[in-house]
Amino acid sequence: MNFDSLLWVLLLGSLLGLELIGKVPPTLHTPLMSGANAISGITMLAALTAIIKAEPNSPLLIIGSISLGFALFNVVGGFFVTDRMLAMFSRKPTKKNK
Amino acid sequence: MNLPDIIKFVIDLLAVLLLALGIKGLSKVRSAREANILAAFAMLLSVVGLLAYYLGTSGIPAQSWAWIIIGSLVGSLFGTLLAKKVPMTSMPETVALFNGFGGMSSLLVAIGAFLFPFNEGAKAGYVEPFINDISISVSIFVGAITFSGSIVAMAKLQGWLSTPGWTQVKARHFVNIIFGVTSLLAFIYLISGNISSIWLLVIASTLLGIGVTLPIGGADMPVVISLLNSYSGIAAAAAGFVVDSQLLIVAGAMVGAAGLILTQVMCKGMNRSLVSVLFGGSLSAQSTTSSGSGEYTNITSCSVEECALTLEAANRVIVVPGYGLAVAQAQHTLREVTKKLEQNGIEVVYAIHPVAGRMPGHMNVLLAEADVPYEQLKEMDIVNPEFPATDVVLVLGANDVVNPQAKNDKSSPLYGMPVLDVQEARTVFVIKRGMSAGYSGIKNDLFDLPNTSMVFGDAKKVLSELISELKDLGVGEK
Repeated sequence: MNFDSLLWVLLLGSLLGLELIGKVPPTLHTPLMSGANAISGITMLAALTAIIKAEPNSPLLIIGSISLGFALFNVVGGFFVTDRMLAMFSRKPTKKNK
Repeated sequence: MNLPDIIKFVIDLLAVLLLALGIKGLSKVRSAREANILAAFAMLLSVVGLLAYYLGTSGIPAQSWAWIIIGSLVGSLFGTLLAKKVPMTSMPETVALFNGFGGMSSLLVAIGAFLFPFNEGAKAGYVEPFINDISISVSIFVGAITFSGSIVAMAKLQGWLSTPGWTQVKARHFVNIIFGVTSLLAFIYLISGNISSIWLLVIASTLLGIGVTLPIGGADMPVVISLLNSYSGIAAAAAGFVVDSQLLIVAGAMVGAAGLILTQVMCKGMNRSLVSVLFGGSLSAQSTTSSGSGEYTNITSCSVEECALTLEAANRVIVVPGYGLAVAQAQHTLREVTKKLEQNGIEVVYAIHPVAGRMPGHMNVLLAEADVPYEQLKEMDIVNPEFPATDVVLVLGANDVVNPQAKNDKSSPLYGMPVLDVQEARTVFVIKRGMSAGYSGIKNDLFDLPNTSMVFGDAKKVLSELISELKDLGVGEK
């Protein structure tokens, strides 16, 4: 991919992000932030690429591995914590006032 | 295009689509949980796609597998442990920590890509070395700021770091400008081929992250975390340029943009501009000089028993929860109290201020944990007109969000912030540990009003006393 098409990708991705969340009920602000945060751990793909392409015995293997660890900490932890928060909302509302 | 390319392309496309649907679904109550799982699945899919692609083309060396497995296991294990064990009240700090580590990941990849170039395009000179270096620099710069800023934010929310007075001096802007200019210089050196200036860039941007975050008061931390979350998306997009991955760029850009919107929404809730949050310093530090109208003159304190008697006679009660409730972990005890009231035919509603607690939605999460029915939670705009027709308001560990100064006193730093009009109700009980000010450090005029009574004590302790008082009165014994 050449640079200018990547810039287009960047631009369109940003516009998509701006459009995606228009109205968010305040209830969901924290989970949304946490979920989006988990997605930002997508840098794990960059870390994976680095490890795969590293020369044998290159320090890049270790750097990539640490980077992958940090990214997965973000991704896995982020999704679990978001799910924990959301699990509380999805519970059936308890009986109303009698 | 050969087969592996096509498969990778289709998988990436599918992953982007699912991620977009995930973010969209996360903004609706009904679909949020499924959307989160969908997004997690999309991430897994993208990893599988990447691994399959390299298996089908260049192959993955055994050594690489080993490091991949080590990194994934350690990261996932600690992430899972933290996510499962952390208490609900510390959510904001947890998000900040995860976010910081995401920034660290981008930072490390960029350093790795710079010291040991692995992108064939960059190695063979297809990609302008210039553009490659810019992408790496941006990734390092944003990644380092995200990391150091998030760690400072986390430490502040945890109470490990306070806002020292010296951080409020005007000179801090000067210091931050120096860090910024140093980063820029390092960036220019780096592009012009001076390899060792990468470390200068790392250090200067890390310091910039600390320098900008440290002076910001705790009350504004959620906005900062949301902003840093947006940065980590930008860092991911920059890393996408480094490794030439459209998927990374799109996902990073989406998170970056969505994070900005969320930041704006939060700023609106506090009636502050992003600029004043970032550069205005801590609100409490300003208020010591600006609103010295400080002493309380007309405090009415009352016992739990009186509070119980008034509650028993009420028809309609509104509960205003705040951070104090979260700290005291009193949500379950509160639920017991309101259950008793409801059994007596008293209508109970919870008024949720958009920034109650330390993060929007904080109170909703907390109350949902205690099984409070979702429809009893009312947002500020809906509940505000209902206060005049309310007998009793229970303010539990909330302070700034019920301060009438925000409406009446133009000199107050809070002026203009939307607040809950609790003083319109017939009686207001403020359950509070002492007379200390709220997070903004500003005197609360509500406490001086004749229809306000203070019940001093820890929220959990007061509420459990309230339960036994209500029991003695025979409330909820049907």
